[in-house]
Amino acid sequence: MIELATPFAPPRDTPSTADAMIVFENVEKWYGSFQVLKNINLTVAKGEKIVVCGPSGSGKSTLIRCINRLEEYRSGRILVDGIDLGASAKNVEAVRAEVGMVFQQFNLFPHLTVMQNCMLAPMRVRGIGTSEAEAIAMKYLKRVRIPEQAGKYPAQLSGGQQQRVAIARALCMTPKIMLFDEPTSALDPEMVKEVLDTMISLAEEGMTMLCVTHEMGFARSVADRVIFMDRGEIVEMDRPDRFFANPRNERTRSFLGQILNH
Amino acid sequence: MIRLFGSNEVLFILAGIQWTLLLSLIAFTGGGVFGLIIALSRTSTRASLRSIAAGYIDFFQGTPLLMQLFLVFYGMPVFGVKVSPWTAVTIGLTLHASAFLGEIWRGGIQAVPRGQTEAARALGLRYASRMRDIVLPQALRLSVAPTVGFLVQLIKGTSLASIVGFVELSRSAQIVASTTYKPLLAYGLAALLYFVICFPLSRFSLRLEQRFAAKT
Repeated sequence: MIELATPFAPPRDTPSTADAMIVFENVEKWYGSFQVLKNINLTVAKGEKIVVCGPSGSGKSTLIRCINRLEEYRSGRILVDGIDLGASAKNVEAVRAEVGMVFQQFNLFPHLTVMQNCMLAPMRVRGIGTSEAEAIAMKYLKRVRIPEQAGKYPAQLSGGQQQRVAIARALCMTPKIMLFDEPTSALDPEMVKEVLDTMISLAEEGMTMLCVTHEMGFARSVADRVIFMDRGEIVEMDRPDRFFANPRNERTRSFLGQILNH
Repeated sequence: MIRLFGSNEVLFILAGIQWTLLLSLIAFTGGGVFGLIIALSRTSTRASLRSIAAGYIDFFQGTPLLMQLFLVFYGMPVFGVKVSPWTAVTIGLTLHASAFLGEIWRGGIQAVPRGQTEAARALGLRYASRMRDIVLPQALRLSVAPTVGFLVQLIKGTSLASIVGFVELSRSAQIVASTTYKPLLAYGLAALLYFVICFPLSRFSLRLEQRFAAKT
């Protein structure tokens, strides 16, 4: 199939660098002799919502984990809100303070209450006092609709509630970017919706978001662009309507065929 | 002259307990402080720190406590530092305890799931906060039972201090045994006293172990 430029095509990889929140330039990463990221080039605009999908081991989690340097990369450059991640440890800390992340396994701190989970980073990283941190925590716990669980420990909550706390915990740092690494994959089916709803409302408020997920309904309704990764490369990247209706690459078609027909 | 095994002798042995307990307390506290440094070095991202800590642990785990005490007692004067038996055993036991506690806590630190550190990093927390607020509270909780278990070993280990001439529980029993010619009685009493201190601690350690096992 030939790639046609339509008048409505959004700039696929070229939001102007002025409003770029995240820029990947020729990023490569290896685990030993195995290449997990191959020549990644990607620019994410402020307020853009991007869904990354692909088979397991395709490098999609690694890609978003590079943005807050949970993964190192061998070559290339990543800029987050204009800050060069590779330049210094100080830069890494600056970026982490502005980038929130939600994990598949929630990773709440089990020895701290829900409230304390939310208060810790604002107090330690931003130097905010206890009462103000409490107010911030409460604000975002209300935001994810579980203020009544503030005094409980994570183990006392359901998976869906825990994941919403994890979202609130990240939001307490008032991040400019939110990264979601398969946020609903570890949840029981009946809890997926409450987490997706929280993510949708966040998207509606204009948060810049990168989500690794297999929730294709979410991708269709929320994403500005959908990225398909396979074997460490970005195989396809397009608006969701065209991505799902007209995938250009054979690998994308076969992947979509597998996950949409079950 | 043979003395009778009277109340004076019993009191003399009992008085030895305080030195045993004090020695244990100091070695455990000092060993705790240095042990934490050893554990953090052992889990550091810097390879040089890791191997220094590993070497330290290997040395103390690979040699008998008695040799360690001798090395301090006879070794320090070689470097021009003359030490009393009290100082020597305190230093020796502290070093010994720090290696063992360091190794126990290293295990605890590494048993904390990776995701905890990752979440802390992602929130922007720095190393000191990640350790103090997230990793160590969980690691120490996992290590409470083996830590108390080691404390029991340490209390019993203080009996070796008697060999370099420090008068604690074992040494007082030895003195009473040689003056009264009633070694079985003297050592039996000392053993009973060790047991009275150590047995509740062992039980406590076992209970903690069961409690944490039930939790996970």
